[in-house]
Amino acid sequence: MLYRRPSFSSMWNEMDRLQREINRLFDVFPSRRTLTPGGYPAMNIYSNTEGVVVTAELPGVDIKDIEIQVVGDSLSVSGKREIPTVEGASYHRQERLSGSFSRTIRLPFPVETEQVDATLQNGNLVIKLPRQAASKPKKISVRSVA
Amino acid sequence: MSEDTKTIQTQEKEEMQFNGERTRDRLCFIPRTDIYETDDAIYLVVDMPGVDEKSIDITMEKNTLSVNGLVEAQSFEGYSEVYAEYETGDYQRNFSIQIPVNRDGIEATLKNGVLNIRLPKDESAKTKRIEIRTG
Repeated sequence: MLYRRPSFSSMWNEMDRLQREINRLFDVFPSRRTLTPGGYPAMNIYSNTEGVVVTAELPGVDIKDIEIQVVGDSLSVSGKREIPTVEGASYHRQERLSGSFSRTIRLPFPVETEQVDATLQNGNLVIKLPRQAASKPKKISVRSVA
Repeated sequence: MSEDTKTIQTQEKEEMQFNGERTRDRLCFIPRTDIYETDDAIYLVVDMPGVDEKSIDITMEKNTLSVNGLVEAQSFEGYSEVYAEYETGDYQRNFSIQIPVNRDGIEATLKNGVLNIRLPKDESAKTKRIEIRTG
């Protein structure tokens, strides 16, 4: 006996489409917990048309041990994190990392190097970088031609 | 004390979830910690960036020391996040202290997002040097 199964094949097509939709959904909203930093310290970047804010977590780093350099649209953060070893103590656990670090990132636009503001509070580094005036977007007015 | 004496065992965050649900809509991280011991005290050094002295809570119950730090989400008005490599959240970690400590003498300091806790050993737990008399 011969079966005609047009309904079945269309069902499988529908299943494939559904699977693609689900895959697409997971690509658009990837799990935020699997963020991989490109180096130490990990950085978050916030921006608008006026400037950019870069944040990093540097617990236990002294302000005098952090060096920030800005050239055009590149930002460098370097320094060292020193954890003195206590003489005569026995260590049960050492999870905190120490050493020097250096990282350079490219900003979305050139910034005013003279007006860069950096603060360190409770181990949180916040660098505010205003956008260079010359690179700001210009509003173009449209004339009406009579 | 020999090098391989482990008097403190840490509990992972996942294990603490059995006690109940968190009532805060924030991620919770296990802070990185150094634990060391000298002749008269145990020291805990805990990395908790973003925590200040008001948002931190340290409790000692029986022989469990709990460290709890609440961190508010960072936001910059008028700015939108364009690139993210790390997330912020609360911190929680429990430490099981296996030797008797003097509870009233526990001291904690916080500097640059690093918490330092000193637990002085109880007299009975201090290393004593035994004099050998010649008979």
